[in-house]
Amino acid sequence: MNVVEARGLGKRYGSTWALRDCSLAIPAGHVVALVGPNGAGKSTLLNLVVGLAAPSAGIVTVLGGRPAGSPAALDNIAFVAQDTPLYGNLSAADMLHLTRNLNRRFDQPYAQARLTELGIPPRRRAGKLSGGQQAQLALTLALARRPRLLVLDEPVAMLDPVARHDFMATVLSAAAEDGVSVVLSSHVLAELERVADHLILLSRGRVQVAGDVDDLLARHRVLTGPTAEADRYAQGPVVHLRRGGAQAHLLVRAGADDPVPPGWEAHPVGLEELALAYLREPDAGALPGPDRSGNTVLTEVAK
Amino acid sequence: MTTLTGLANLAENAGPRPVPWRRMAWVTWRQHRSALGGVAVFLGAFAGYLWLSGLAMHHAYATECHSGGALACGDFTGRYGTTAILVSIFLQAVPALIGAFVGAPVLAREMESGTFRYAWTQGIGRWRWTLGRLVPVAVVVAAAAGAFSVLFSWYDQPFVAAGYAIPFSTRVFDLTGVAFAAWTLAAFAIGALAGMLIRRVVPAIAATLAGYAGLALTAGLFLREHYLTPLVTSELNLPGSPWAVSQWYTKDGTFAFPARGSQLVDAVSRLCPGSLGVRGGSTIPPAQCLSQHGYTQWTSYQPGSRFWTCQWIEGGWLLALSVLLIAATVWVVRSRAA
Repeated sequence: MNVVEARGLGKRYGSTWALRDCSLAIPAGHVVALVGPNGAGKSTLLNLVVGLAAPSAGIVTVLGGRPAGSPAALDNIAFVAQDTPLYGNLSAADMLHLTRNLNRRFDQPYAQARLTELGIPPRRRAGKLSGGQQAQLALTLALARRPRLLVLDEPVAMLDPVARHDFMATVLSAAAEDGVSVVLSSHVLAELERVADHLILLSRGRVQVAGDVDDLLARHRVLTGPTAEADRYAQGPVVHLRRGGAQAHLLVRAGADDPVPPGWEAHPVGLEELALAYLREPDAGALPGPDRSGNTVLTEVAK
Repeated sequence: MTTLTGLANLAENAGPRPVPWRRMAWVTWRQHRSALGGVAVFLGAFAGYLWLSGLAMHHAYATECHSGGALACGDFTGRYGTTAILVSIFLQAVPALIGAFVGAPVLAREMESGTFRYAWTQGIGRWRWTLGRLVPVAVVVAAAAGAFSVLFSWYDQPFVAAGYAIPFSTRVFDLTGVAFAAWTLAAFAIGALAGMLIRRVVPAIAATLAGYAGLALTAGLFLREHYLTPLVTSELNLPGSPWAVSQWYTKDGTFAFPARGSQLVDAVSRLCPGSLGVRGGSTIPPAQCLSQHGYTQWTSYQPGSRFWTCQWIEGGWLLALSVLLIAATVWVVRSRAA
């Protein structure tokens, strides 16, 4: 089952397309990182998935074909929006009570245990909690709904490193123990490798890369060799070229068994490096970018 | 097999049993209890004042007006009249204040603070959330206003009994009967829709005040007199406590001039100079004097017996308008692109 499926999905605000011609399939049981520069359309895509926005073009369905935003979809999706909006004048306990009353399922013992664990006083107003505590409270409310899909929009952008680590640990344990599928957007690449096993890279409103992390890493590698020879490979499946004095680093689409040019060394690539290379690619005009067929292959892999 | 799967899918897509309204009612209460509490304290204090002042006034009316004759009654209205007018002016503002400070923030605050992204992604669903939030608050403020208008009718009753106020007058018509509750409901609905369209609290409050004032003025000045076709009479003394909508004069069956403004003054000063109060002249009232010169005074009026019919007409269209506005608000919430 695909937790998210989009075909030709587009969203236009005025005359600007925030998201365009987006086709993707996200299989269940993954932690999916949605990556892209600011304004790439990450929030737009997530808003479409949770039904806060209606598509201008194409369709998006969730949890095996349910229309996004329908009651059947909302019942099983929990969303934590950017900046984790809560009612600042309500206490943490009231927020629990509120969320319990707005949903068919709510795991009150779990939620209370989490508050105790986090050291959040139930009587304290949500507006008086620290940023990290607010984010944890919002996540607790979302997880206590026992969703099948958890959608997080830039959940850790405003958090300090410790709070960020704690937050992601909660998300990962929910994914591992309860089998919750997770889609999270982020422009923080550093922790992706630890967190995500599926990557979607958005750029300028379009899907640039989509696929399983292991699969993507296996299909790419970094070639290091003399800068003088770099241009010779510019016609090949090169994603990104980085020149560093005498040495040039090429991120290429190639398997582990593909031949390495003489005088060059091949290294496996990390997720952060891979994502960065693709993020830089649209502006790196000296080398041809990945062709559209390459994208299709990766999208197909996801299905 | 495919058909079965299709049906199963359909059943699942039709949605699970929705979250009960009762639970949404708790949410609405929890989030609006301070606003409703504020309204209760505000109206409660005012009701207390009306009650005490009304008791004193009823007592004075019973002892002075009934036994003392017209002269004592003039004293009574002199003492209490100003207060009663201030009270009614203040009450005229109550629906606007409820629309602005209860109605407008209901959705605008959610939009402004971003909490709609929490609320609209809960299992209850957007439109049920909106309806479950608007309807209970609307019912409560309308009921409070209804109770208040009963109190005001009692308070104002001595003036009506003394013949100094008619139930149809613009000062009291929309504060009595069912009109006050209906106006409060409409003001709340205007506020809710304005808040949803504007999405910011302060501009929505301003828009609500403007919208309500425009509607109330239009209704009071132009619509109300047309609820029922006015009766027309050439009698000079109208029975009961009627509402004279307009007056004019005819001569030989054709329209001569309206019974107000410069044309009337010209005619009276030309034909019956004495009736304008010139010392030593005749003391015949102008209408009588003009009729001696062959003019007929016509009055179109709503008889006092139509008071409740007009109340139900006003209450009815305001209720319909409020339902329409709340439905429009829910529609905007459903179709709004975030």
